[in-house]
Amino acid sequence: MQASVSSLYTPHPPHTIFRSNSDIQFCGLRREALGFQSISQFRNGESHRIGIVSTKPRSGKLTVFSASAAADNGSRRATSFDYDLVIIGAGVGGHGAALHAVEKGLKTAIIEGDVMGGTCVNRGCVPSKALLAVSGRMRELQDEHHMKALGLQVAAAGYDRQAVADHANNLASKIRGNLTNSLKAIGVDILTGFGTIVGPQKVKYGKVGFSENVVTAKDIIIATGSVPFVPKGIEIDGKTVITSDHALKLEFVPDWIAIVGSGYIGLEFSDVYTALGSEVTFIEAMDQLMPGFDPEIGKLAQRVLINPRKIDYYTGVFATKITPAKDGKPVTIELIDAKTKEAKDTLEVDAALIATGRAPFTKGLGLNNINVETQRGFVPVDDRMRVIDADGNLVPHVYCIGDANGKLMLAHTASAQGISVIEQLTGKDYVLNHLSIPAACFTHPEISMVGLTEPQAREKAEKEGFEISIAKTSFKANTKALAENEGEGLAKLIYRPDTGEILGVHILGMHAADLIHEASNAIALGTRVQDIKFAVHAHPTLSEVLDELYKSAKVNPHVSKSVSEPVSV
Amino acid sequence: MASISFSASVSSSTQFIRPSAFFLKPRSLSRLPLVRAKIREIFMPALSSTMTEGKIVSWIKSEGDVLSKGESVVVVESDKADMDVETFYDGILAAIVVNEGETAPVGAPIGLLAETEAEIAEAKAKAAAQSSPAPAPPVEQSAPVAAKIESPAAPAVAAAPPTPGKLVATPFAKKLAKQHKVDISKLVGTGPFGRVTPEDVEKAAGITAAPKPNLVAAAAPSAAAAAPVVSPPKAEKSFPEIPGSNVVPFTAMQSAVSKNMLESLSVPTFRVGYPIATDALDALYEKVKPKGVTMTVLLAKAVAMALVQHPVVNATCKDGKSFTYNGSINIAVAVAINDGLITPVLQDADKLDLYLLSKKWKELVEKARAKQLQPQEYNSGTFTLSNLGMFGVDRFDAILPPGQGAIMAVGASKPTVIADKDGFFSVKNKMLVNVTADHRIIYGADLAAFLQTFSKIIENPESLTM
Repeated sequence: MQASVSSLYTPHPPHTIFRSNSDIQFCGLRREALGFQSISQFRNGESHRIGIVSTKPRSGKLTVFSASAAADNGSRRATSFDYDLVIIGAGVGGHGAALHAVEKGLKTAIIEGDVMGGTCVNRGCVPSKALLAVSGRMRELQDEHHMKALGLQVAAAGYDRQAVADHANNLASKIRGNLTNSLKAIGVDILTGFGTIVGPQKVKYGKVGFSENVVTAKDIIIATGSVPFVPKGIEIDGKTVITSDHALKLEFVPDWIAIVGSGYIGLEFSDVYTALGSEVTFIEAMDQLMPGFDPEIGKLAQRVLINPRKIDYYTGVFATKITPAKDGKPVTIELIDAKTKEAKDTLEVDAALIATGRAPFTKGLGLNNINVETQRGFVPVDDRMRVIDADGNLVPHVYCIGDANGKLMLAHTASAQGISVIEQLTGKDYVLNHLSIPAACFTHPEISMVGLTEPQAREKAEKEGFEISIAKTSFKANTKALAENEGEGLAKLIYRPDTGEILGVHILGMHAADLIHEASNAIALGTRVQDIKFAVHAHPTLSEVLDELYKSAKVNPHVSKSVSEPVSV
Repeated sequence: MASISFSASVSSSTQFIRPSAFFLKPRSLSRLPLVRAKIREIFMPALSSTMTEGKIVSWIKSEGDVLSKGESVVVVESDKADMDVETFYDGILAAIVVNEGETAPVGAPIGLLAETEAEIAEAKAKAAAQSSPAPAPPVEQSAPVAAKIESPAAPAVAAAPPTPGKLVATPFAKKLAKQHKVDISKLVGTGPFGRVTPEDVEKAAGITAAPKPNLVAAAAPSAAAAAPVVSPPKAEKSFPEIPGSNVVPFTAMQSAVSKNMLESLSVPTFRVGYPIATDALDALYEKVKPKGVTMTVLLAKAVAMALVQHPVVNATCKDGKSFTYNGSINIAVAVAINDGLITPVLQDADKLDLYLLSKKWKELVEKARAKQLQPQEYNSGTFTLSNLGMFGVDRFDAILPPGQGAIMAVGASKPTVIADKDGFFSVKNKMLVNVTADHRIIYGADLAAFLQTFSKIIENPESLTM
């Protein structure tokens, strides 16, 4: 039973803190909120603990396991169930939950209905990063002015579409392989087929047309994720009218593509397509592009990412009907005014990408067997991811994490929610603070954010009767950014001047996605502005943008009181 | 990206509330024929205490746009940040004096704000006077309403038949049309499904198409052309498209070759050929071969020695007005490498002995294969040697590389029947060399004399080893 799985790249498994009973602050939750009691039943494997680094594989960073391990999947405990935990869905959420479950000594199985890794690894974050890596370089090489300013001469930047597509595909398979191996290495049973809940603590799985198996589990986690949402009236043919699933295969680079929806997905694809030579037309139902972003960031993003590029846009319109190209006719898009519903325009383009968000994938889960009704497809849960049934009562032993519950549809959220469930299952009341979860859009330059936007913060401030202040710094004042000739960018801090609590941080600029974590960690740990401003940043680095930001914030110490508890949403 | 506002009032031209920087100054009333006309100048604001000039990042509003209080009008970049600048006044943005991307000193007018449509023409005239040193065009000041903002610039395609149905223009085409003030509705699209393409707009605006960043054939690698295109205007469009063809963009090296080849067309060249017996050279080669000396090095050395006696053939014509006699004799030797051609240079080939040259040559070739040649090692040649003899080529014609006076093309050495002046036949090895030279500085007799010297060296090669 002694396992010797070890990470090849870090000698200290970061998750040791979860095993410790000592006085350590937990991410996303302040110490006071933690109940440190433990249930002895779940702790009897403590001495057999294996050193697993359950790195979240969101951006392809995975732990490599030396495979000499004897698997420890909690099998030593005899229970009346086949498993302690069955996870339906093998995406990033299920994977993160499984790793943590095994670490906590639970006998775990994961039901994989499609491909290991789910959307993120196969049709989302991972392959899109490969395309964006190409588009970023392409854009840089084409920017003669930028190159000249650096004193570089580049003759002709070109690309081979198939090779670019292969890069994305290879990356996905590599990460998928890593993910599968990491589960196998610790002995998680991978069950193949669609999982259906057939009754309390009972799950059926099997491929269509094959015999079905039923397993019992003490607890069940639903982690079935989501699929691209396609509004009514839009006909997807997978060639000229496509979703992100198709676009990531990069089977063709149209001269002109309309992108319906200007959120993260749409924006990232506009970055890819314009770098590869396409012209782009955005179709956005809201009155402004990038409606989810902080308005100021959105405005700057429009100036940096939209206006100088070969992009135009229609806002406040719905695409009611999109017909794929056929019979020698282009793709046609019928637009109506989002408010008056009057026909507005008809566009003719070479292709259309539907990026109107994602819909939960919860059909066929057998939720009716446990009296659960989905809401617009989402599985209703409380702030501990416990599933709520049609009568508003908690369903025992069933949890739902990730896109399927719709709380915050991001890969790393799913994983974090999964870990919070395992913590609860093993006796710790762990509530994830969703406001501490960062989000990033990998355009060039990148956009990232954590916490509240300015309007959200103002609304909250008004409701709860406190003041907010805003601090801003520009990348133009940062040495490293100027050295890279990438001075375009802004970092924005929303905070309470009375307590120094950080409410939100928004960054647009070079490597913003990597910079945000200092802020998200501060929010998760409840670090206040007046404390973090003394933290030292290496010079010259981009992180000094945040350093400047904290230093420019003005906290009034006289009214300083304890930071309000993080609120989960 | 903070935002500041400009404020001013017509009645008070001295006191500005905030910020000290960006303000509007009422135009002197006495100079206006129309009573109560209010044209405000928009000045470059001082966004920080250290700012002396600012760059217009973008005009959020266009000329003719109606502005209302509090709207952002222009984005200005200072040494620290970009700022949106808002107006405190309602009005019409009559004229933009400083365009996007241009800089202006703090306090200089960057745009004009008119209160009514009637003042736009006047404001425009004023703007014209400000923006160009040329005298402003006469303005019809009496015209009561000179209001409509037009974009008359483009010579729209006159013969355009009215487009049936609706007009389709690509996003970039629309952007360009706005930028160049082309009335896009008057254009006839040549793109797919009759859409107006960026090229159509550029044509209408009378601009030659900027190099396209990258064009993508659906399946083929893109033919990008961000490379500096040098001279003659290209008319590529006339090539018929052959189905199934595959476009492979030039590598950096191939682009450089292409560029040099086009440049060479501007030099008047001529060619002189010369047969040379090589029996003695071949004999020498057999002797020195074990010591690592190659035929290339032997020829380079011989050329260098001949050039010592004929400095004009080693000269360059740089400006079409003078001879540039090069201080050293650097023999560039054309070498074919994967997908390209490079000319490593044997510097001071006249001064180094055969063995040193051979060693040097070996290094250069290795570096060339590894693509590690330093610029100095391939662009410092004063004379080029190109040898295709090893392929059995008996004679060929080389293109003179820009910046050099002459290039020698060496063919294969072959046994040849020769009749001497007494009528005796013999068989001797002979090769044909052919020199291409810049006739602006090197004349026929010069080349002939040089070749004679060269042939003597080759036929009596003992001096090469000294």
